[in-house]
Amino acid sequence: MGPRVYLDHAATSPLRPASRAAILESSDFFGNPSSVHAEGRAGRAMLEAARRVIGAAIGAAGAGELVFTSGATEANATVLSSHARQAGVILASSVEHPSILAQPGVETVPVDALGRLDLAALEARLARGDVAIVALMLANNETGVVQPVADAARLVHATGARLHVDAVQALGRIAVDIDALGCDSLALSAHKLGGPKGSGALWLRDPDATAPLLHGGGQEGRRRAGTENAAGIAGFAAAVTAATAEAPTRLAALRLALEADARAIAPDAVVVAEAAERLPHIAAIALPGVPAATQVMALDLAGIAVSAGAACSSGKVARSHVLDAMGAPAALADCTIRVSLGWTTTDADIARFLDAWGALARRHRREATP
Amino acid sequence: MSPITAESLALAPGARVVVAMSGGVDSAVTAALLHEAGLEVVGITLQLYDHGAATAKKGACCAGQDIKDARNVANAIGIPHYVLDFEARFKAAVIDDFAKSYAAGRTPIPCVRCNQKIKFTDLLEVARDLGAEALATGHYARRLGGATNAELRRAVDPAKDQSYFLFATTRAQLDFVRFPLGDLDKETTRREAARLALPVAEKPESQDICFVPEGHYSRVVGKLEPKAMRKGAILHVDGRRLGEHAGIGNYTVGQRRGLGVADRERLYVVGLDAEKAEVRVGPRDASMVAGVEIRDLNRLAPWRLGQEVRIKHRYNEPAIAGRIEAVSDDAARLAFAAPESGVAPGQAAVLYDGERVLGGGWIERTLAIPTSLDSHAARSYLQAVSAE
Repeated sequence: MGPRVYLDHAATSPLRPASRAAILESSDFFGNPSSVHAEGRAGRAMLEAARRVIGAAIGAAGAGELVFTSGATEANATVLSSHARQAGVILASSVEHPSILAQPGVETVPVDALGRLDLAALEARLARGDVAIVALMLANNETGVVQPVADAARLVHATGARLHVDAVQALGRIAVDIDALGCDSLALSAHKLGGPKGSGALWLRDPDATAPLLHGGGQEGRRRAGTENAAGIAGFAAAVTAATAEAPTRLAALRLALEADARAIAPDAVVVAEAAERLPHIAAIALPGVPAATQVMALDLAGIAVSAGAACSSGKVARSHVLDAMGAPAALADCTIRVSLGWTTTDADIARFLDAWGALARRHRREATP
Repeated sequence: MSPITAESLALAPGARVVVAMSGGVDSAVTAALLHEAGLEVVGITLQLYDHGAATAKKGACCAGQDIKDARNVANAIGIPHYVLDFEARFKAAVIDDFAKSYAAGRTPIPCVRCNQKIKFTDLLEVARDLGAEALATGHYARRLGGATNAELRRAVDPAKDQSYFLFATTRAQLDFVRFPLGDLDKETTRREAARLALPVAEKPESQDICFVPEGHYSRVVGKLEPKAMRKGAILHVDGRRLGEHAGIGNYTVGQRRGLGVADRERLYVVGLDAEKAEVRVGPRDASMVAGVEIRDLNRLAPWRLGQEVRIKHRYNEPAIAGRIEAVSDDAARLAFAAPESGVAPGQAAVLYDGERVLGGGWIERTLAIPTSLDSHAARSYLQAVSAE
């Protein structure tokens, strides 16, 4: 067995060398960015440089405000809890990340069989006139399905409500442009694209429309109290620069080859939401008859890391709420794994995955291994 | 040095083996010894019920301490470890059956059901899919023989012998499973746990049914089968009404403590009538039975009509002498050599030939001693029958 093959980039991606270098470099700028002295100013300069890089990556140069957070969970919570304290209903697609769905009082809007928001259902719900904000992810973390965000934004704004977009999986994989999306706020995370964990950002078109979640010091223009995570922010910006410089077609080509080969190995295999527009790096593949947990274990023992559903801290694999929301039959949902590619992924990784996965499929059919 | 070798388990050196790790010391030692013996050990812990819900602690994680213990042990040994969610299957195959049995006036053995319906079926299937050559558990029982046609025997340590709980293991399953602790006594297991510095070396043994918090099984039964908690009469076998009970689900045949009624003689539960919600009690003599009818047989060796065997009808009771009076494909009638008390429908009757487990079945009903005979006469009657 060769070295480990890591195909779980949608869970988290290994730290990019450029990001590691930026983190180390930032440790020399130890000054508190809020301090008046030279050390503080140097820290501030680094922070603002990072803000410009990340802002530019989402087409927000100069527009609105980019607030650094501890991650996307905090960014999502900030926006939703701010609105929860005001009048009005919070709507979210039924395939949102748990950091959205677990917020109190969230009402869900269904998706179609390909996992795309049902725009007619959204419009009908908005027509009741009591919706304050809608949360919609730019692309799904389990299936890679891209949501019709711009269409949703038009419907949402027509009723005077706001649109919050979770762009965690999309950043660095497809174009993210706040004006093309038409969103009012956007949540980002560093570690999904090869930056450090514990670092994220919230972009706000109208900063005054969202109340802070954390109160205290005046950091981040009073939008988020607490001394900024300078190392995490520097690493975040470096990862964004590296990720946006890559050609997205490389991962898309690898993923398409993987899906085609998987089906050649196991003709009954299903690529979830294959007909939908999807992110280049995520493939959700079902191998009917073999529980997802078994596939994840067998691949792990063969040196390959993939995932299934949402893992709880006990490590038990729960049924995916995303596949349930898409109306996938239990027999299929229970046998679906997520293979997600990233900056470290090579042709050889895909070949290793297919070998091990094919061996499992044959073993399950109780065929002799060749 | 490990007291276990791959060869002694009829496994190839370095073979992959899945170990069912409960979080207790026995399965921890099993995993550690197999690892030490050079086998490629994969630890799997089954999440069988929601621990937070079972103990009704608000905010408690779905995983209990046992899962964390198993994970810590696997880390200490240096083997991969996985947790599998079997909650739905465990509920359907074990917990619901447990409650239904009590509601029907029977006394279930959830551990056998779990071995039969979960561990040696679904988990065994997972082990095969993972390319394992065997599934090992921390049961105290011995599996003798090579890769196939294995025999099931009692553990070397009679105080720890768990072969009773394994009677329903089919021959095909037995070929795939291993019980590495069967040759060890409990003291050796503890010593090995200490030698291997396992984090659970000092962990006390669990005596309870895993999914029943703090031994309050009737609460579980009442929640799932309210009719098992229907009030009814406690009747003496001589026809007297001695009192009232809060549901037959609180009783098991043979029980003598906590009956809530007293009489001149010590009283035993001798029968449970689910339909009338009646608990019948009587003196020890009234609880004596001549034998049992068993169903859903599992035969690990040929059974002959008239064969003299040892019969264990309850885990905590020693095996008694008896013989096979009648046997068909899925049912048998067993006669005890001497009248026996505390025989409860729903329990298993497991047949032994010396150390070897011949198989067994579930007790469908008990066979009464002819009423005209007292227990002394019954004994001579049965002796006469067996002598025929």
